[in-house]
Amino acid sequence: MDFTPEEWQAIWLTLRVAVVAVVGSLPFAVAVAWVLSHTRFPGKILVEALISLPLVLPPVVTGYALLILLGRHGIIGQFLDRDLGIVLAFRWTGAAVAAAVMGFPFMVRGIRLSFDAIDRDLEGAAATLGAPAWLVFLTVTLPLALPGLLSGAVLAFGRSLGEFGATITFVSSIPGETRTIASGIYALLQTPDGDAEVLRLCAVSLVLSFGSLVVSELLIRAGQRRLAQ
Amino acid sequence: MSGLEFSARLALGDFRLDAAFEGAERVTALFGPSGAGKSTILRLIAGLLRPDEGRIVLAGHTVFDSATGLNLPARKRRVGLVFQDGLLFPHMSVRQNLLYGPWARRAPKPAAFDRTVEILDIAKLLDRAPRRLSGGERQRAAIGRALLSDPAVLLMDEPVSAVDQERRAEILPHLASLTQEFPIPMIYVSHAIEEVERLADKVVRIRDGRIQDS
Repeated sequence: MDFTPEEWQAIWLTLRVAVVAVVGSLPFAVAVAWVLSHTRFPGKILVEALISLPLVLPPVVTGYALLILLGRHGIIGQFLDRDLGIVLAFRWTGAAVAAAVMGFPFMVRGIRLSFDAIDRDLEGAAATLGAPAWLVFLTVTLPLALPGLLSGAVLAFGRSLGEFGATITFVSSIPGETRTIASGIYALLQTPDGDAEVLRLCAVSLVLSFGSLVVSELLIRAGQRRLAQ
Repeated sequence: MSGLEFSARLALGDFRLDAAFEGAERVTALFGPSGAGKSTILRLIAGLLRPDEGRIVLAGHTVFDSATGLNLPARKRRVGLVFQDGLLFPHMSVRQNLLYGPWARRAPKPAAFDRTVEILDIAKLLDRAPRRLSGGERQRAAIGRALLSDPAVLLMDEPVSAVDQERRAEILPHLASLTQEFPIPMIYVSHAIEEVERLADKVVRIRDGRIQDS
């Protein structure tokens, strides 16, 4: 298949946004998943609901919330701009933030399941053998959860590839800056004679999404094998 | 005297534990039916559970006292805990499992390593993954792992209950020679009286979270 430079741009940008979104949010997702899996505290159910909110909220609402919070004149965004020189709205970095927020529930869920699957007594055994909590995490919890953790990350990656609603609301669809595969398809649908290009981008989207689901499933199976004694 | 004193009250859901006993010099057996609270007591001693109220002394050192708010974390209690199903770290070899304790404490390889491996007859298994061990082999490796962490007390949670009758005969003699060789007080939990009689200096009977007699 021959892609036009604009198409390559959109594919490359989509991958870059998804990778940055996943890598940037992974440490937070691991921390949140660990806390949800290992602790009990009042109001936990509200925290869980808040994290899952992007799953059920109309994406346009999430995008608008990001604009209010992180836009140039937003509640947090104005300080990012003035004090740190960071602008997210209408930039590809903003697209990564939107993708990270939308993928976060998938990531936390996947990682938390893999933490929950580990016998607490394995961590207890490490503690009685003299390991401090951080060492228990690094030598027992993390290695055993690794396949599930990667599976959650790959799933969030797949979700990021297709992110549309929150992205277009927060960062619009600027060719070369924020025009991803999804918003590119949408733009092409608005123009006459764009059908062939639409189909090509749809095919790319299908291959990438399907591929990440398969990888995610393979990792889950690897995780089950790893835990088997 | 073993320097072991245990007294604790704990409510866990519907279960109530209210028990106090002193350990024997060498092997104290905790004997009672399933669900009596034996494993809970071991977890309280190891520091994996926290009593609502009580006091726990190990080898003469107080590790928990609700009156003074003292609660040493599990890693500082120097207990060697052997779980019912071994619970070796599945992603490590037997050797890595055995040396996890000294490694985590940044201690040198224990002088007793070779002797421990010999008594437990696990020399040929050192490079194997836990999933490639039989139940009895896994349990012997788990006992070795606990011993090599230099414990002040050894806690055995039904160490042979998950192992079939034949294999049991393979582990119990090892246990007997261990108690000879390593002068560490041991608390041995079991619901099978024949195991307990063979090993124990003192039997503490427990039922429904309470001590029957001791």
